[in-house]
Formats: sequence, structure tokens, C-alpha cells
Amino acid sequence: MAMLSFERKYRVRGGTIIGGDLFDFWIGPFYVGFFGVTCAFFSFVGTALILYGAAIGGTWNPWLINIAPPDLKYGLRLAPMREGGLWQMITICALGAFVSWALRQAEISRKLGMGYHIPIAYGVAVFAYFTLVVIRPVLMGAWGHGFPYGIWSHLDWVSNVGYQYLHFHYNPAHMIAVTFFFTTVLALSLHGALVLSALNPPEGEPVKTAEHENTFFRDLIGYSIGTLGIHRLGLFLALSAGIWSAICIVISGPFWTRGWPEWWGWWLNLPIWR
Amino acid sequence: MSRFSLSIAAAVAALLCGVIFVTTFERPPVLSSQGGFRGLSMGDVQNPRTIPARLAANQVPEAPEAAETDGPKAHETYENVQVLRDLSAAQFNRLMIVMTEWIAPNQGCGYCHNVENMASDEVYTKVVARRMLQMTHKINSEWATHVGQTGVTCYTCHRGNAVPTMVWSTEPNSRAGLQAPRGQNHPASSVGESSLPSDPFTPFLLGDAEIRNISTTSLPGRNSQSIMTTEWTYGLMMHISTSLGVNCTHCHNSRSFAEWRTQSPPAQTTAWYGIRMVRDINMSYIEPLKPLWAQNPNGPAEGPHGPRLGAMGDALKVNCATCHQGVNRPLNGAPMLRDFPELKQVNQGPLRSADATPR
Repeated sequence: MAMLSFERKYRVRGGTIIGGDLFDFWIGPFYVGFFGVTCAFFSFVGTALILYGAAIGGTWNPWLINIAPPDLKYGLRLAPMREGGLWQMITICALGAFVSWALRQAEISRKLGMGYHIPIAYGVAVFAYFTLVVIRPVLMGAWGHGFPYGIWSHLDWVSNVGYQYLHFHYNPAHMIAVTFFFTTVLALSLHGALVLSALNPPEGEPVKTAEHENTFFRDLIGYSIGTLGIHRLGLFLALSAGIWSAICIVISGPFWTRGWPEWWGWWLNLPIWR
Repeated sequence: MSRFSLSIAAAVAALLCGVIFVTTFERPPVLSSQGGFRGLSMGDVQNPRTIPARLAANQVPEAPEAAETDGPKAHETYENVQVLRDLSAAQFNRLMIVMTEWIAPNQGCGYCHNVENMASDEVYTKVVARRMLQMTHKINSEWATHVGQTGVTCYTCHRGNAVPTMVWSTEPNSRAGLQAPRGQNHPASSVGESSLPSDPFTPFLLGDAEIRNISTTSLPGRNSQSIMTTEWTYGLMMHISTSLGVNCTHCHNSRSFAEWRTQSPPAQTTAWYGIRMVRDINMSYIEPLKPLWAQNPNGPAEGPHGPRLGAMGDALKVNCATCHQGVNRPLNGAPMLRDFPELKQVNQGPLRSADATPR
């Protein structure tokens, strides 16, 4: 595969986290590394198990394929393969692959002498998944509280979990998470629009730079966060959305068993307006 | 602002959040049950530490020894016995004693009777009690679709109170703050502390408005459903959930609320009959008695005194909480009716109003 003239400069061996120079090489454009191998292993095994689960599940309709967690009666034990054991194995493979991928990102960052922002950011998404399929089920005492792997089945799970707490919009962490998701979209769209507007001046005029971008927002709202700051803000907003999503589901059940509107009783009963 | 004062502010905020978290939330372990196929997340989630108090609050009082069924009939022994005429005198007295314990333990016989002349109908509560006995009989005989073989007794609602504690009446229409007509946008305990329309009872449990809000069309235009009716229905559902101490998945697979036969638990059908039963109770028994309460808005002279009408002058009516009182099966499902065969022998014939005059 063709390589750009300057790419060779960055393809330097050494600086691995684990395995020394065992897998310290590239295949085409891809760095392999120890975690690349573990990631590929877990991905292949996990995908094969999903295909097996689909094969014994009675349908090949991609919308309806459903690999469900065990019955609650199995608690935190292993379940028979056809009764949720597959889900448990696939969960292990998924976490193995996701964590391998995060460590691969960390290894590449380290080899290049960069910060670890990318693996940390990706790790937040993995943590949200880990919360759903490990932390919350363990806190509630059964793997059966994990969500099923299927396009429609996982949506049914989401809907029913929401209705188990009567009205999920009253979940305080859900409120915060939704707000962060929308704010992330707002910030990203403003940032994208600003950059494109600076880079697309009218015919015959020079391309504008960061000073124009800053001035636009100072004129508009009195403040510009700046070219680096907008990326810090974006990372903060996006990671907060994921973290609060994880919080909103982990408190539903382990830390609150009733309807979410009822949780606000402490607010309604504050002495200042009770 | 200095770095020091920033850290002070952060510490105070963290402390406040910690206090709110610790004092307002519950904690593991929790109890959960599976109500559908694995992975569907239907079923109850409960805090085991709240269960003993709920069990204790819904205990059935011990039943007195059964009465002889032979011997002279009540209407042969006593005067002016209308609805319990076919009981034996022993059964009749047994029922009178337990009804006193169930409804007016402090007032005794005098709550319903002129104790100088027990046959007299001059105390209005006696006339109400007759109608309530007929109502209990009808619930047990014609609403088995809801109450099953467990049935109900006076105690299911009254629990030692002259007026059941969990009743509803029309609330004054407050427009404080952002509150919309019909109580929307203001938290209300009638709808589980949500801000849904706070009176789902008048349309659905007194009137017979349809509780349906799934569109049958995918596009607007001929869609007869609205957000308003949906939220009203949601309000009723919040009432049912909090009254029974169950969540929505007790009756629904929320992937399709409109699907009854293949995806919903049978409890949904039980609830459907329950809603119709409550309408029947309110329209056939409670509302027609309103004139008597209007004449005695503070209860009988002997007491206990307390409002017999709501703030807007309407009768105190029945909803799901009146019997259920926070548990899925009232009185924890104890088959109390089994111990009171007297309640199954209530004469449903029309009451003789002429007897309402004192003798």
C-alpha cells in the first residue's frame, strides 16, 4: 500500500505498553501491536457467537435477531448457553474488544509522544456500556438486568426500563444527560458553521483566520472561547453527556426503585415553599 | 476569584450534592422480579427495606368465630331489617359487631343507630350503610373479573375509619404560577407527584371517557388523538401505579400499549375491569347518596366529625387507592371475604324510603 512521503517518519518502533517489539509492526496503514491482536481475537470470537446466537434464534431478520441476557433466576451465575450464556460470552468478548481498542489508542498515543485524550474520551463510551451490562446488573443482583443484543429488542428494553420508573423524564441525571447531548450538538454545529464560514469567503476575497472567528463571536455574544477552547468545551460536553447517561441508568434500580416523579419530593418539601 | 475561594465553593457544592444524594436516594440491594421474556425488562423493582412497613399497614383484623346459620331469621327477630333479612339472627349480630369495628370503633352502634330505637332510620349513616352493603355484594358477585374470589369487605376500604382515608373529590381549579387549567404543570400527589393533569378521576373514574390514545394513523390529519388526552391518560396510569405500588410493566409491555392479547400481562385485563368497577361504584352507589351527605356535611351528630363532601361540594369518591392503599393486592391478598359469608347474603331489592322516618 502506498505510503505518503512523510508517513515513514512516524512509523518508528518502540514505546509499546506491553509485548515489547512482538507485534510492533504495521500491516498496510494499520498498526498491529499486542492490543490489536487481542482486539481482533475478541471481535472475531464475539461476532461468531452473535452469528451462532442468530442461527439458533429462529430468525435471520436483522431487525428481530435477539440475543437476550439470562433469566433473573440465574442471578450473577453463569447461565446455560442457549438461555443467556451466549449473552454473557458475547459481553465478555465485547468488553475485551472495546478495552483492547482503548489500550491500542493509548499505545499509539504513547508511541507518538501525544496526550491520552483520545483513549480517555473513547473510554468514557466504553464505561457507559460497562455500566449498563456489568455495574448495574451486579448492583441489582442478576445479569438478567443487562440489555439484550438486538436492534428492536434493545429498544424494547430501553422503553420498559423507563416505564419501570413510571416517568423517566423526571430522572434528574437523565435531565442533565439529555441537556448535555443537545448542548453538544449545538456547540458542534456552531463550531462547524464558524469554521466553514471563515474558510468560504465571497468570490475573490482571502480566506479568513482565527481572528475573524473570534471577532464574530465577540460581536455576537461578547465572548469567544477561542480555537483551542472550543475543542476543550466540545470534549467536556460530549463526555459529560456519556457520563451522565451512565449515571442516569445506574441510579434507576440500584439507587431508586419507585417512580422518578416521586424522587422530587425532597424538593417539593423544602421548608421555604412547602 | 482566587484559587482558594474557588476550591471552597467547589467543596461546598460537592458537600451539598453528597447530602442530597445520600438523603434522597435508596441503596442496593434491591428486589426485582421478572415479568416477561428474559431481557425484556418487565417486572417489579422494590426496595426490600420498605416492604415490612407496607405489609404491616395492610393486615386483616382477626375474624370472630363463625355464627350459626340456622335459627330465626334476622327480619323475624328484629324490626326494619331490609338488606340483611335472610341472615340468621346470630349472623346478623356478628356482622353488626364487625361492621362497628371496621367503620366506627370509637362511636360503636351509635354511629348508625339511634341506640334508644335500633330499628329507626333517623341516623342517615344507617341508610348509607344499607347501600354500602348492597354495593359490597355487587362487587363480590358481579365484579369477580376484578376482585376474583378474594372479594372485598367493608374493611378493604374503611380500615377502621368512618370515611375511607383514600378518596377523591373535585379540587378547586388553581391557576397559581404556570399551572394550566385542569391542574397540569403543577406536581400533584394524585398523579404520583408528576405534573400531569392532576384530576384524571372525573373523566375516567366518574365519567366513562375512553382511555385510548394510540393513533391508528401514521400521519396527522384524521388523527383523533392528542397530547392532551395522552397526558390525561398518563395521569390516570400514574394514579394506578402509585396506588398499587407497581410500575407500568406490571400491566404493559411498553413496546406497544395498544397490544393486549400477545404482549401484555393478564394484569392489564384485571385493571380494565377494575376501572369499570370503580365507575360503577361511583356512579351507581356514591353519587346517588350525595344528598344525604349534603344534609350532614360534617357527619352524624354523634361523630366522628369530618367532611363528608369535597372542597367543591361533591361526594368523596372511590379510586384505585381506596382499596389498594399502596399494595398490588388489597390487604396483601388476604381472602377476608371467606370469613364473612354474611356479606354474600345481602338483599339487592330497593330500599324502603318510608322507613327513614323515626318511629
